[in-house]
Amino acid sequence: MSSNSIGFVAPQRLKVSTPLDMMSGSVLPAYQLAYETYGELNEAKDNALLICHALSGNHHVAGFYEGDKNPGWWNEYIGPGKPIDTNDFFVVCSNNLGGCHGSSGPATVDPTTGKVYGPDFPIVTCKDWVASQNVLRQHLNIDCWAAVIGGSMGGMQVLQWSIDYPEKIKHAIVIAAAPKLSAQNIAFNEVARRAIMEDPDFHNGRFIEQHTIPKRGLALARMLGHLTYLSDDMMGEKFGRTLREGKLNYNYDVEFQVESYLRYQGEKFATKQNFDANTYLLMTKALDYFDPASEHDNDLAATLSTASAKFLVISFTTDWRFAPERSREIVKALLDNDADVSYAEITSQHGHDAFLLKNKHYEQVFSAYMARVKAGLSSELSGQNHD
Amino acid sequence: MTKLSTEFVNITEWVTPNARVLDLGCGDGKLLKHLKETLNITGYGMEIDPVKNVKAIQAGLNVIQSNLNEADIREYFDKDSFDFIIMTQALQVVRRPDLLLEQMLSTGKECIITFPNFGHWRNRTQLFFGGKMPQNEYLPNTWYDTPNIHLCTFKDFEDLCESKQIKIVSKSVVNQQNKTTFGMKLAPNWFGEVALYRIKRHEQT
Repeated sequence: MSSNSIGFVAPQRLKVSTPLDMMSGSVLPAYQLAYETYGELNEAKDNALLICHALSGNHHVAGFYEGDKNPGWWNEYIGPGKPIDTNDFFVVCSNNLGGCHGSSGPATVDPTTGKVYGPDFPIVTCKDWVASQNVLRQHLNIDCWAAVIGGSMGGMQVLQWSIDYPEKIKHAIVIAAAPKLSAQNIAFNEVARRAIMEDPDFHNGRFIEQHTIPKRGLALARMLGHLTYLSDDMMGEKFGRTLREGKLNYNYDVEFQVESYLRYQGEKFATKQNFDANTYLLMTKALDYFDPASEHDNDLAATLSTASAKFLVISFTTDWRFAPERSREIVKALLDNDADVSYAEITSQHGHDAFLLKNKHYEQVFSAYMARVKAGLSSELSGQNHD
Repeated sequence: MTKLSTEFVNITEWVTPNARVLDLGCGDGKLLKHLKETLNITGYGMEIDPVKNVKAIQAGLNVIQSNLNEADIREYFDKDSFDFIIMTQALQVVRRPDLLLEQMLSTGKECIITFPNFGHWRNRTQLFFGGKMPQNEYLPNTWYDTPNIHLCTFKDFEDLCESKQIKIVSKSVVNQQNKTTFGMKLAPNWFGEVALYRIKRHEQT
């Protein structure tokens, strides 16, 4: 474990008994949120950051679980001396409602029936997530987030935060996101869902009761998803047309390295990561539904007009899932409101995945902006300050 | 903070307090930061270079990473969004200065432009006597490897303004030492090294 790691961490749980009115009209009478925190909340309680996770992410963002050699999913960016410096900030991340890593979701037991929710877990949306994260904020006695930060689906939650709770968020860092999904994005999600739902082991979502897992569907969904995270260039460079056995066999077994890689990713997701198939469906649905401007005549600028946070928007050149143009839509809407916004387009060959990976320019932009967030903390305001 | 160049001092004199400003090719944000601190301006910088971009963010500025050759600033901003659009030493490096000027004049009520004067006597003598493209401390690059793809003289620029019906509100020249000498006042197109123009659309007068 390196010196700039936050070391061992452990998840916590918050049981909420206040019902959550959801966007779909459903009501979740009680629920549980799994979350982790790193660093210390300062006396003024103004150094808290909320990290929002992406589709297959969870609340284990950084550090290590005892006995696990793999760190949290954003360990590169969170820790002492890293862009999100745990010496300065109190970092919070919760598992999204409907997830499968500790928060209430399809794989947990419905307290009203005593049975596993399965497909009966209500459809969640970005707005619902943000509402539940706001309950966690209150529980942790945080008046206002110094910043809410997220990539991809996490970035969409950041946007939602800035719209729904403008006075509770000082800075919004939106990374590799979009103001809504395109038809192509939705189409990819639909193919992934079909793959899961058509798996004979899916049992209409009641696979847990049948003591089985729709592994084939999950693996296919993941293979497809994974494809959209990579760039053509990067795949060409990493795999090219390299053959696994050095020669063509003229059959349907794995012949090209890229096939082998994709199958491995699918396998790993479906078997080792224990990702719940119903959660995958829910998360992709939440992505599809995300479109905050739809409540404002599809005018994103009007939607963001009440946001008072300062924004940093970041995109990656080879990301085609949520391409730079999609981030620029957000930037444009913020500029229309004369909002404080900075925008960086990071050169990377890693496609959508780039937001999770080490990259010098990305780290510099991130660190430079986080220094501004830090400069706005009351503990830093004793001297002169321009921000 | 290092001393402000005469070029930036002149620009500061033209900008009005509390103005809304867009700085195209803002670099590390030195000018924008100065205007923010001295004139309480608000606004944005645009810069393509990632290293300079980071510096501008560090300087506490709103900076949009953008390629002026590809993006149309009118896609980002509505007509008359800014009191001033400033572009220092970048006109000669963009692919179509004339089209960028159009964008600037539509988005900004006034524009402040600075560029190196190719008509300076040193450039003229180097070309005239040496028979070669000028290369000196102000234009240090070789002709085949230079960002300055559209060098022009004061006269060229003013001809462009005339053909595009751009009104020149005021102009000024400085030299390498960022001073204004007698010769520069007498024959700016011979002695001025850096041209500063304050322009706007003609129909506004």
